[in-house]
Amino acid sequence: MESGELMKPRIAIFDFGCCEGCQLQIVNLEEELLDLVGLVDVVSWREATTGHSDEYDIAIVEGSITREAEMERLKGIRQNAKVLVALGACAHIGGVNCLKNFFEIDEVLEYVYGEDAKHFDSIPTRPLSAVVPVDYAVPGCPIDRKEFVEVVKALLLGKKPPIPNYPVCVECRTKGNVCVFDKGMTCLGPVTRAGCGAICPTYGNSCEGCRGLVDDPNLDSHKEVLQEHGLTVEQMLNSFRMFDGYMEVAK
Amino acid sequence: MKDGKINVHYVTRVEGHGNIVVDLKDGAIKELRWEIPEAPRFFEAMVRSQSYADAPHITSRICGICSIGHTIASLQGIEAALGVQPSEQTALLRKLILHAETVQSHTLHVFYLAAPDFLGVNSVVPLATTHKEPLLRAIRLHRLANEWSDLLGGRTTHPITMVVNGWTRLPTQDELRALRQRLTEAIPDLEAWVEIFKTLDIPDFERETEYLALQRNDEYAFYNGAIASTDGGTTPIPQYREKIKEFIVPYSTAKHAKAARESFMVGALARFNNNYEQLSPLARWAAEAMGLKPVCYNPFMNNVAQLVETAHCLEDSVRIINELLAMGLKEEDRSTEIKGGTGVGATEVPRGTLYHEYTLDDNGIITGANFIIPTNMNHNNIERDLKALVPTIVDKSQEEITLTLEMLVRAYDPCISCSTHLLKVEFV
Repeated sequence: MESGELMKPRIAIFDFGCCEGCQLQIVNLEEELLDLVGLVDVVSWREATTGHSDEYDIAIVEGSITREAEMERLKGIRQNAKVLVALGACAHIGGVNCLKNFFEIDEVLEYVYGEDAKHFDSIPTRPLSAVVPVDYAVPGCPIDRKEFVEVVKALLLGKKPPIPNYPVCVECRTKGNVCVFDKGMTCLGPVTRAGCGAICPTYGNSCEGCRGLVDDPNLDSHKEVLQEHGLTVEQMLNSFRMFDGYMEVAK
Repeated sequence: MKDGKINVHYVTRVEGHGNIVVDLKDGAIKELRWEIPEAPRFFEAMVRSQSYADAPHITSRICGICSIGHTIASLQGIEAALGVQPSEQTALLRKLILHAETVQSHTLHVFYLAAPDFLGVNSVVPLATTHKEPLLRAIRLHRLANEWSDLLGGRTTHPITMVVNGWTRLPTQDELRALRQRLTEAIPDLEAWVEIFKTLDIPDFERETEYLALQRNDEYAFYNGAIASTDGGTTPIPQYREKIKEFIVPYSTAKHAKAARESFMVGALARFNNNYEQLSPLARWAAEAMGLKPVCYNPFMNNVAQLVETAHCLEDSVRIINELLAMGLKEEDRSTEIKGGTGVGATEVPRGTLYHEYTLDDNGIITGANFIIPTNMNHNNIERDLKALVPTIVDKSQEEITLTLEMLVRAYDPCISCSTHLLKVEFV
């Protein structure tokens, strides 16, 4: 490093069990990504570049933990990184991979791999935070590209990333959408953390809860919507398995 | 390098984790493996006990790059099980969004992941200074594909709007006209890259193999069709298990597959080799310009076939939009009768044919599922190509051999997270 030159934060991107769709959203930033990589030093990103280093300040980690050996790898990443960011629903809350946890692991292995199941190891799926301390999360399945940029900018400025703690209903109403319940469908919007711009209801579907719960659903949920439709928070959470299977509420 | 080992731990610029292990003795291969240490995720087991309606949104999460293709294969499998026949409008819109994904994935692969090899750099980032204008054209094409998915699916990855028997939101006629305009304007960007690829030095390597792809009488098949082979004959989709045999090799890392021969290939080159006659005029021009002719046995030319298909998708999408506008878009009744049954869906995703099979009980709850992922079908062919390629390049340095082998793997554009049938491996 030349004297007088500010050292750029070194960023490494890793993935565990996932579809890599959240990393793809980073690629999808296009020109904005080129601007962003100008502000940092990307030292490891297997999906997009060749070359690797274990010297990094910020680790961005996608995916959930589904195998014993992955816990050690994650702990190693945690040790190297000053800041660890969970990228997307799988890393943040376990995500869709947790659907596996509602079956016996041996039965799951045998169902998919038959008599070759013995070649595999698999453990109940868990989010990163079940294994190591996680500093921040970029929620969603997939992540929202703009929110990702805001999180990175905040980290570069040494600030806490701005992730909302109010439910999707708030954004949905702002958009002027017809309430999903009024269309005869169910929706997890009243208890799910906003920040996605209520994108699923806006495109005619219902909220599937991919961004996880607001901090305390009993306090922070959108009670008004629940009351209008005669639902309790508990009733709402019962069907909360597609993305939030790791949470107690879904068990 | 006549003696020695090559161990590429995690091939970079591919989706997911794969290793190449080679052990050479006196210029002969003592051992060669294409290893897959990616974590298996068990989607076939996980979807059981879920509602038929949730299957497309759950299985979309198998792959971040081809989530649209997974959604469509899933919808077709579920609809076949329920005995539902979606409308012409629904099918046309699905074809249109599938083209968006093909362009998105092909441009990502050709420009961002593979082109750095041909242009002698380690990632797309340095191209911002060395090849600025072509890179801006690549970004424009990739962004167009993403915004095209956003328009129809609600977002680029994990589409929101596609549901059993229809769409939760239709594009407006004006939105379709605007998209048509942008597709037309994108053609010079594509043409410019064809001109670049004409000049690139693509490794000259051939190994005869079988190519499988869906085929239709009336169009270059992406959305559905029958399973065609360059070795002849077609198989209806519901009989896919008779055509494609998955098997385990004790030393191997992944479930392998074969059909008529010891291995086969799926993907852009396989579609090109089976369905060349049905390509659009622009695509045929691109193929001719870049020297791609059917049947082509050079797997490195898969990159070129992807560029040819990108041309086809741009042009064919204009045709689809014209058809939709002529029909006039209308809200349709999506209600379906729930009943038990088994159904198979298959669709051409960027890396090849994707199969989704479901069994439903009388309440529409999934009781069984089987998925066959393109990259799994290609693993066997990749490994056999690597074995055939190594003896032709043993006189080169270890670095050159390594790069050529990595380039071969990248040419297949493997999507390893997708491959749900994978074995854990130990390193030699």
